[in-house]
Amino acid sequence: MFPIILKETLGENVTLFEVEAPRVARRHRAGQFVMVRPHTASERIPLTIADVDKERGTITLVVQAVGKTTIEMTGEFEEGDEFSNVAGPLGNPTHIGVPGKPDDFRGVVACVAGGIGAAPMLPIARAFRDAGHEVVTVLGARRKDLIVFEDRLGSVSSELLVCTDDGSYGQKGFVTDVLRGLIERRRAAGGDVDVAIAIGPPLMMKFCSKTTEPYRVPTLVSLNTIMVDGTGMCGGCRVMVGGAARYVCVDGPEFDGHQVDFDGMMRRQAMYKPEEAASLARYREKNHTCRLEVPSAAAERTS
Amino acid sequence: MSNTRVNPSAEELAARVERRGEFKNKERGQLPKIFWAEQEPGERVGNIREVPFAYTPMQARAEAVRCLSCKNEPCVSGCPVGVDVPAFLKLVADGDFRGAIRRIKETNLLPAICGRVCPQESQCQENCMVAKVHKDLGFAVSVGKIEAFLADWEREEGGVELPPVGAETGRRVAVIGAGPSGLACAGDLRRFGHEAVVFEAFHKAGGVLVYGIPEFRLPKDIVQAEVDNLERMGVRFEFDTIVGQTFTLDELFEEGFDAVYVATGAGLPYFVNIPGEDANGVYSANEYLTRANLMGAYRFPEEDTPVLRRDDVAVLGGGNVAMDAARTALRLGAKRVYLVYRRSREEMPARLEEVHHAEEEGVEFRMLSAPVEILTGSDGWVRALRVQRCELGEPDEKGRRRPMPIEGAYEELPVQIVIEAIGNGPNPLIPKTTRGLTTTRHGTLVVEEATMMTTRKGVFAGGDIVAGASTVILAMGHGRKAAGAIDAYLKAEAAGLPKPV
Ligand code: FES
Repeated sequence: MFPIILKETLGENVTLFEVEAPRVARRHRAGQFVMVRPHTASERIPLTIADVDKERGTITLVVQAVGKTTIEMTGEFEEGDEFSNVAGPLGNPTHIGVPGKPDDFRGVVACVAGGIGAAPMLPIARAFRDAGHEVVTVLGARRKDLIVFEDRLGSVSSELLVCTDDGSYGQKGFVTDVLRGLIERRRAAGGDVDVAIAIGPPLMMKFCSKTTEPYRVPTLVSLNTIMVDGTGMCGGCRVMVGGAARYVCVDGPEFDGHQVDFDGMMRRQAMYKPEEAASLARYREKNHTCRLEVPSAAAERTS
Repeated sequence: MSNTRVNPSAEELAARVERRGEFKNKERGQLPKIFWAEQEPGERVGNIREVPFAYTPMQARAEAVRCLSCKNEPCVSGCPVGVDVPAFLKLVADGDFRGAIRRIKETNLLPAICGRVCPQESQCQENCMVAKVHKDLGFAVSVGKIEAFLADWEREEGGVELPPVGAETGRRVAVIGAGPSGLACAGDLRRFGHEAVVFEAFHKAGGVLVYGIPEFRLPKDIVQAEVDNLERMGVRFEFDTIVGQTFTLDELFEEGFDAVYVATGAGLPYFVNIPGEDANGVYSANEYLTRANLMGAYRFPEEDTPVLRRDDVAVLGGGNVAMDAARTALRLGAKRVYLVYRRSREEMPARLEEVHHAEEEGVEFRMLSAPVEILTGSDGWVRALRVQRCELGEPDEKGRRRPMPIEGAYEELPVQIVIEAIGNGPNPLIPKTTRGLTTTRHGTLVVEEATMMTTRKGVFAGGDIVAGASTVILAMGHGRKAAGAIDAYLKAEAAGLPKPV
């Protein structure tokens, strides 16, 4: 069992958990994820690790409540409760370097985070910063209350550019606009962006990759597909990269954004839409009746 | 003598058992086989309960009376772990169930499981003289069914006898993977008095027994009972640990483990590699079965993990896993399930009983059919499977006649789900993250046959990571052999002797 030692609401539907998982914390490197099974009837869902505290033996997970499992997680699990299973760290660590350049090359890294993609971006940005690269972070979301990890990302970046789709915070516009502006600006000044890393919703990663392509800026994206085991034994996480099927859990989670078939990936991600909707509806209904009967429904959870 | 299935009355059974010492071999060999009852096909596809019903005690005894106690014991040599079949059958015939189960457990720790999943017709029952008398393999003494009966009897009777645990040696052994091989190894390590810690990636012990083999073939409470027994013997389980990721094998030694047994299984599904495999609705059998079994998608939405349910399903492959997937699809509501296999029926590697059950349940066999393309609709979902008819050509090196595609002979099977059950490769994680392990070109680990020791000192391996796709019993045999070798290795080490290599 994996006790929750801290729970914090970061924004609308966005919750941070600090979870005791000493083994995961000890081994974790930037870019890796865990498979979480909140209780014994739950799905196993992949969550990228947002931070670790090796001394406390904890990992930080940031969860956006979007489906049954994540709504249940954020709504019903409190400090002192436990997640049934947290397995990891899984996947390959981020390569801290510039693709195509020698290992000792130090360059400019654009970390482009969309929504809660900011959380998994933090250890990556920090690792690049610690290795001596310049980190410029572009942080965007639909609106102000979906911006998370601003301070944390700011603390590891030489420049932090914030934007929202509706202009409610930072500049008005998409991360792609800001990213393009950044590349243009750096190039005009005789510099460059040597590598871009995009983490966020699939569509955002797709368009970030499209944005950097004409500039030939190598672009990594961190994919989060449907997974069952997270260890390479089911193939459910597969995605087409450069025309070949790759397993996100063991070959990734990071891939060359210019090679990823995002449309195919999004199609596969929608594979269980009706099932997910039914599951959520049923949960809401049960939860509703439950709350009517038992005022402290959360305390009644047995898992 | 007749090979028809008769159902002897209780009196007839009792009479046979009564006369068990008097039959001359000729007469004995012709005693009708006692068939067990099974859930009706029409009914069982509507549930996930086990298909065969257990023998009654009297049926088991009467069936055991059929054994001719052959001198050359072809059944024993057919068994990968050499269970003394005639001896335990004799005890069953005499009604000494306790003695019989003890006898089996001397060589096989998990009889409830093996009785159900071993391919008996190609092992103990293959050369059964009784079958020869009847000129029908289906009429061999039902060794597997009697074995399962005994194990169930013992469990239900209570007082399952655990093998005695040896005096604690203080030596620590890490077992990687809680599948059949790891479980068997861990049990024996405790018998030798060594500490056994099993590291498992999933949240449950059993490996393929819980994620792969469906409930209707191997009830999960049986697996759990065996795991509980191991825990009572002092085996410790650590879940959510992926060796190679959560820690490396080297770190296990640093943590103070004296030896390691690697039994990570064949956890890498192969795909046929035809156009359309990226479509929605295409599964590996591993994924489909793991969702249904381990993750409980049978019970969705009571359990949260979904699995697609559609009317028409194609399963690719001819092994047990293909049968499991096809029969699972029926239980998930499919109306029409095709089993598509390149070769002919005779070449299908599945257990006879599974093939028979699948057929009874209405799975449509498409033999000599090679899948060539998965056709998708504009929405990206599977809409059909295109297969090419084949004929058998010249035999290959193994003597198997190669299927040759017939030009222009294509057929489209309208399906919404395609499940690929064409095999698995060894899990690459440990070879990838561990120094000093030599692998074959298939990615399996190289071991010393007599000891199961890998190319690295103190690291042993067995099961599918060594044998490729194999059987539960063979994997267990490896586990036991390795446990013996690990014991010898640790003893030699303690005595300061050169370790047996
Ligand atoms: S999640 Fe199963 S193979 Fe990647």
